[in-house]
Amino acid sequence: MANADCIIIQGSNMAECHPVGFQWVTEAKARGARVIHVDPRFTRTSAIADTHVPIRAGTDVVLLGALINHVLSNELYFHDYVVAYTNAATLVSDNFRDTEDLDGVFSGFDPETGTYDPSSWSYAERAAPPGPSPRAGGPAGEAVSGDGEIEGAGGDEQGSARRARAGGQEHGAAGPSLEHANVVRDESLQHPRSVFQILKRHYARYTPEMVRDVCGIPVEQFHEVARALTENSGRERTTCFAYALGWTQHSLGAQFIRTAAILQLLMGNMGRPGGGIMALRGHASIQGSTDIPTLFNILPGYLPMPIVGEHDTWQDYLDHISSPLQKGFWTEAPSYTASLLKAWWGEAATADNNFCYDYLPRLTGAHGTYQTVLAMLDDEVEGYFVLGQNPAVGSAHGSMQRKAMTHLKWLVVRDFQLIESATFWKDSPEIATGELRTEDIDTEVFFFPAANHVEKAGTFTQTQRMLQWRHQAVRPPNDAQSELDFFYDLGVRIRQRLAGSTDERDRPLLDLTWDYPTDEHGEVDGAAVLKEINGYHLTGEHAGELLDSFSQMRPDGSTSGGCWIYTGVFAGGVNRSANRVPGADQDEVAHEWGWAWPLNRRILYNRASADPEGRPWSERKAYVWWDEETRRWTGKDIPDFPIDRDPSFRPDPDVGGPAAIAGDDPFIMQADGKGWLFAPKGMVDGPLPTHYEAQESPVANPLYTQQSNPSRLVYPRKDNLWSPSGDEPGADVYPYVFTTYRLTEHHTAGGMSRWLPYLSELQPEMFCEVSPELAAERGLTNGDWATIISARSAIEARVLVTERMQPLTIQGHTVHQIGLPYHWGVGADAVVEGDGANDLLGIVLDPNVQIQESKVGSCDIQPGRRPRGEALLRLVADYQSRSGTTSETGNARLTEGDR
Amino acid sequence: MAAKDSTFLGWPVLRQLATGDFLGRGAAATSRRTREQQPRTVTADRVVQSVCPYCAVGCGQKVFVSDEKVVQIEGDQDSPISRGRLCPKGAASEQLVNSPTRQTHVLYRAPGATEFTRMDRDEALDMVADRFVESRARTWQDHDEHGRPLRRTMGIASLGGATLDNEENYLIKKLFTAAGAIQIENQARI
Ligand code: SF4
Repeated sequence: MANADCIIIQGSNMAECHPVGFQWVTEAKARGARVIHVDPRFTRTSAIADTHVPIRAGTDVVLLGALINHVLSNELYFHDYVVAYTNAATLVSDNFRDTEDLDGVFSGFDPETGTYDPSSWSYAERAAPPGPSPRAGGPAGEAVSGDGEIEGAGGDEQGSARRARAGGQEHGAAGPSLEHANVVRDESLQHPRSVFQILKRHYARYTPEMVRDVCGIPVEQFHEVARALTENSGRERTTCFAYALGWTQHSLGAQFIRTAAILQLLMGNMGRPGGGIMALRGHASIQGSTDIPTLFNILPGYLPMPIVGEHDTWQDYLDHISSPLQKGFWTEAPSYTASLLKAWWGEAATADNNFCYDYLPRLTGAHGTYQTVLAMLDDEVEGYFVLGQNPAVGSAHGSMQRKAMTHLKWLVVRDFQLIESATFWKDSPEIATGELRTEDIDTEVFFFPAANHVEKAGTFTQTQRMLQWRHQAVRPPNDAQSELDFFYDLGVRIRQRLAGSTDERDRPLLDLTWDYPTDEHGEVDGAAVLKEINGYHLTGEHAGELLDSFSQMRPDGSTSGGCWIYTGVFAGGVNRSANRVPGADQDEVAHEWGWAWPLNRRILYNRASADPEGRPWSERKAYVWWDEETRRWTGKDIPDFPIDRDPSFRPDPDVGGPAAIAGDDPFIMQADGKGWLFAPKGMVDGPLPTHYEAQESPVANPLYTQQSNPSRLVYPRKDNLWSPSGDEPGADVYPYVFTTYRLTEHHTAGGMSRWLPYLSELQPEMFCEVSPELAAERGLTNGDWATIISARSAIEARVLVTERMQPLTIQGHTVHQIGLPYHWGVGADAVVEGDGANDLLGIVLDPNVQIQESKVGSCDIQPGRRPRGEALLRLVADYQSRSGTTSETGNARLTEGDR
Repeated sequence: MAAKDSTFLGWPVLRQLATGDFLGRGAAATSRRTREQQPRTVTADRVVQSVCPYCAVGCGQKVFVSDEKVVQIEGDQDSPISRGRLCPKGAASEQLVNSPTRQTHVLYRAPGATEFTRMDRDEALDMVADRFVESRARTWQDHDEHGRPLRRTMGIASLGGATLDNEENYLIKKLFTAAGAIQIENQARI
């Protein structure tokens, strides 16, 4: 980021939430970069920025879409980059219909299921290629990020309402599979069915005036942002975007990020120094826990979990990940998968039994954390492990989370302190309201004390994909132990109980490779696990040696490796994540500090930093280039490209895989080697981002009859009500918009901060930020209490009256926004407690990634503390009845209108 | 530098002149107690390189250990990411280790009970293993309604991982997948 000429931070308060990372923004600014902060609130990020652009929460697609329109209609995009490196020239099927044609939905929508059939979005085909017949492929999303960053997950619910989805849960993270790369291109970009022209038409109505009317951003300010972006993109200059949860936590969050990706591709800012889109992730290893996923929909390295009916056989599975005729490294998926299965099932996994593929359990739709909570309420879940996370406070709809846990037979909580998720049975808000009674809760609760980051050795993967090894400083006290030791030990005990079982279902556990070396204290050696993840040669002259690269993986069982993208972390038998050459002793790419996947490449797709002929776009932005003399790619970073592929190389159209990557195809994981402006597959809610209003919004969508994302996942239930939106009667009962956020001094649900005296003293109390105008309208006094009421719950907070919150004018009406930090929870054990902002939220999910919409909701605010006991429930019910909300409100997929 | 306080050389005016601290706001004004104090980082037995456990910036930390106790955690100047800096959370992480309210024993709450009781870790692990095996058996789904294999349990779920190590997430995913438990989730979905 320090190399950027312009930085646009949108959907993130980087200065407060990633304070030390923000030094690189400050550094870029000191070198002359423009910094723009787009956010509903004025924060310390805005204070450093050259410009703060206040925006109505949830309307980012309109602003970014208008920027796309602006650069297209004024020909300000990076023409050579766009033609060569994106799919702008590719023609799309003539069956495709845009949201402009169908008033807010794309072709292929099924109102019954709320899902799209994406077949009409596909590329137009040249004559059918020879070779195997084309198959239905399926997609993975873009690498969407945040702490709501998941790659691809669409799906149906567990339990009663099962329905099929063209969902992304079936795919890993890279480009979705295409049958082939045999597309039709018009490099003049004039063909009406070219992606370029489709894009132009799609965003034609996203004008500066529309931005003013939807986002509340003045026209002059729009032009200021547009100038900063366009003047700082091109051959000589680059612009970087940074986002966080302000983009992910929406019912179309994945599309927010897609819009930025389209814009950055048009401006030629991908794969170049000082460019890109930086996902600022919130937890030390949230990137790692996505790469090696504790997530339902993927296996390590973004390989999909098998889905019933689609991946029933090993061949079905491999066919779905990639077609042998598409371009790029996903065609090697059989090697990655076989190596993973060999790492897990060792000797038992053979080519004859498809490496125990049938040992893998099957998905039947989306089984995300919110679907699981709903299943708990239906008594379908008996046991629950909560590991360093605090859903009673940190997940949307706190009350539903806590009530769901009372339906469990047993609960294991592993943490440092007695967090609210461990004590809800005695001190949750529902005990106070009388909804729950401790004696009636039959859940057994096991609390295990956890070892912390200095008491165990291992790696975190930080937000730029870098693994950093931590050495153990001391041993954990008393019964405290690491997850590594706990799960190893639990696995040993489970296997003991099943030993001798002849039941087929127990084979996967009994055949599992589960021998890890331990030290004199019985603690598992984390390095041995990292080696297993890296992978080994199993046969041949190198048998027993660690792999250096995933390119050495084979589909025949002769290699192992638990996560192919991490292969190379132990290259040469050395733990590269422990590399610690001081920053001062190396250049600014700093390859000798930690290790970034893949293969220690620091900027992905960095082939795009050179022009099609392989020369840097400019001296100023030189990063990776083709060296004619050595006939190799070289430069400041490790080239993210086949090292000896000549820029002029053109593949035989009948081949696939890495061999099919042309010398000017920088996006080597995409099935056609190009950056996707238009996504023919991969996004379940449309090939192009389109503006929809949030589930709860004071505004009727000015662009289409369709009010909200028609594919969003809704859960109509009496305990999950929504306020009426737009012009619907009753919308004025909850007239204000609220948004949630983090503070510097606390960490998510507070488990690692509200028990620390230093941090609790710095931020002792839950508060709400309101503008002076709203304070005057509702009679709120700075420092006094206020009660905030949504259609789900009511909470109290101290009032902070501040000009940092600005009322916005939307279509002539004033819209007030209220800011709520979400770190506090009700429980007796923490140093500081308070009402939880997440209690105000309901459950509605983005269909691509199953992340909840927690950045925007509707509420009322009144002076004074909230009622105690049962009276709190009466207050919430009174609002519900005054607004006339029912379980149908807000849950229609298609908005009625004169469509 | 330190003139003995007990001799005339320790007189403040002389110290001001001797040390060049003419305004008397620096070394000349320090008390003997201050002078005799040493930073905990100097007396530490060893310094261990680590990484901040809060956000994903991944700031480098230096952990100072004395008598097998963590006495201080500071920023690591060598880190090209953080260049020695830590934010309030990273700087407070010594309290994460030494918090007086930190739980270091296994606790158990029986059905309907109003309080936790302490439990032996071995016994608790056995109980969890028993329940895991029983719940898995009780909620096992072998096939769907069309006879296609499912090989799974929907009766056991897990939430957490974003604060854990890669190696830990790996073992969790491996064990649960082998057991047929698929509802494994973490903060990345939130
Ligand atoms: S010190 Fe602050 S900015 Fe750095 S990793 Fe820790 S929480 Fe993030």
